[in-house]
Amino acid sequence: MELLEKLTILSDAAKYDAACTSSGVRRGYREGYVGNTSSSVAGCCHTFSADGRCVTLLKVLLTNRCVYDCKYCINRRSNDTKRAAFTPEELAELTIGFYRRNYIEGLFLSSGVLRSPDYTTELMIRALRILRETYRFNGYIHAKAIPGTSPELVERLGFLADRLSVNIELPSETGLKLLAPDKTKGAILAPMKQIQTRAVQGKEELAKYRHAPKFAPAGQSTQMIVGATQDSDLHILRLTQGLYDHYRLKRVFYSAYVPVVENTLLPSIDTKPPLLREHRLYQADWLLRFYGFRAEELLDEQTPDFNPLVDPKCSWALAHLDFFPVEINTADYETLLRVPGIGVVSAKRILVSRRAGHLQVEDLRKLGVVMKRAQYFLTCRGRMAEGLHFTPDSLLRNLVAAEQPALPGSEMEQLTLFGA
Amino acid sequence: MEIIYLYDGSFEGFLCCIFDSYANREVPSDIVPEESASPTLFETRSVTADKSRADRVFRKVAVLSGEAARLLRRGFLTCLEHREIRLYQLVVKLLREGPGFLQNLADETLLPVLKAVRHMEGEAQLLRGFVRFSDYSGILGGEIEPKNHVLPLLRSHFCSRFPNEQFFIYDRTHREALFYTGGKAIITTLDRFEMAPPDETEASYRRLWKRFYDTIAIKERENPRCRQTQMPKRYWTTMTEFQSEKYFIPGRSSEISHPTGILPTV
Repeated sequence: MELLEKLTILSDAAKYDAACTSSGVRRGYREGYVGNTSSSVAGCCHTFSADGRCVTLLKVLLTNRCVYDCKYCINRRSNDTKRAAFTPEELAELTIGFYRRNYIEGLFLSSGVLRSPDYTTELMIRALRILRETYRFNGYIHAKAIPGTSPELVERLGFLADRLSVNIELPSETGLKLLAPDKTKGAILAPMKQIQTRAVQGKEELAKYRHAPKFAPAGQSTQMIVGATQDSDLHILRLTQGLYDHYRLKRVFYSAYVPVVENTLLPSIDTKPPLLREHRLYQADWLLRFYGFRAEELLDEQTPDFNPLVDPKCSWALAHLDFFPVEINTADYETLLRVPGIGVVSAKRILVSRRAGHLQVEDLRKLGVVMKRAQYFLTCRGRMAEGLHFTPDSLLRNLVAAEQPALPGSEMEQLTLFGA
Repeated sequence: MEIIYLYDGSFEGFLCCIFDSYANREVPSDIVPEESASPTLFETRSVTADKSRADRVFRKVAVLSGEAARLLRRGFLTCLEHREIRLYQLVVKLLREGPGFLQNLADETLLPVLKAVRHMEGEAQLLRGFVRFSDYSGILGGEIEPKNHVLPLLRSHFCSRFPNEQFFIYDRTHREALFYTGGKAIITTLDRFEMAPPDETEASYRRLWKRFYDTIAIKERENPRCRQTQMPKRYWTTMTEFQSEKYFIPGRSSEISHPTGILPTV
């Protein structure tokens, strides 16, 4: 089979994996090697695909042949689809060819399960070794740890890759049993735990020996499919929080379920992917990671799902009006971050700027505060924005209108409540 | 009495305008490079660049505030309109009031410069990803069309990425090129430049990349507006994945020139 056709099949089969970041590790120039990793915290996007997603890594499967039969997956054994496999040599050469042309930041290598998890992982290790040792590749590598792989192989994979990930896929064990009968919760969590333990150990070794090899220096991430099962947002967000707390994950990715197969256990094939729901989960994920929120603050048993009309932070603010208004000139960083329309960057700018003198309402826009959201929730020296009148009702309407143009398009028809 | 300063377009020349303004106790109403100056009714003064004077001005600024020195250096590379006079005003304010006002990020003298520098740094960050190289017999070459003078900001990134390669990046907008060879990098003006057509290997990599790009998008999630927000169309002109068919066809071997001729020795 020609390389072009292989690439087509194996990138098409890999595209439903949401994770595509090159963040979490800074590695500069290394004598005799090719490549570095991005000096920017957020990684480096090399292009954006037609669906608006950042493309930073060559995201492919080593093979889409698979012994598993997960119901939601296009690569499942029982699906009649064209199969292909890269040889490790081919893949390494392609990666370097792309990297030198600055098409990519590195490689995202995943795979269907060929024969067994161990056999597949060994093939992946071979490809990565050619890349690291023969081509002396110093760029970014993200590798998938396949559930069920023996710990020794995960260990070797971790010394070749910058980031490892194990996909949780379905947010509950019942979902797994139903849709991915070959995978178990235990088999997924075991490598996650191993990666975490190994990373801690690696840091201790590094403290002792400066040149100790680094184990997955960019940490680990995971992905969950949203909308293939009945799990609530609360359930998903609690799980996310647990993963950040107990497994020290760098990122949890959500992937709106795109129906690729007709199956009575799954949403029907003409279901649109729940993009708005995915968007809300990402917003909440940001609140957990950078804004000091806890899952229980955002959702509870009475409201287990996010409001499609307003973002999670606005939702929280509307439910806690007694917390506001916040005085910009005196509030601490954590309090500033609770104000809708103030983000990490603008909160830090406020802290710097108010040292030089009292801030006025007019200054805030210049500091990057989104005033159409923030104005209802703050004062400057005791004063609110000029001519601002609102009731709790009009407040909700204004906040909905402020966000609406920026929301994912497909579900907008449902949201015309205030449009006409 | 209105007076306009003309200078040679270099950073040093610009710093000398500040020097002269203090030496002559006059406030220029504008500072413009000689070559872009249009005939005017106002009086003009040609300021000659002088390294030691320029150094004195820059050192003075750097002693007062490292951040101001950074803004001065970077601000000069931006596409901010009337950037010279705005930077001049920033320095004047710094010398008059001290560095305290630099903390107020909403300050009206500071903000336009700050915004322009942020804009440039954003553009440079995007281009670190969007630059596309072609392999010409082992030498990597690419073109960009930025609004700001970003080559100085791209230099260290690409030098650390490809330490053992020879490469160049041509800036179509400003007709400048960054050359890197033998572990050294230089930026020079280059008035005329045209990329050679690809050989068979190069053309096949272009096709592979285009195919990957087209395949990786999920049809059910198509969102052209989101893509364009993240990657404005003005960048597409030099990106492989948006080129027309011709770009993916190898040139006849006689057309494929060896670009080493243009690599200067550094």
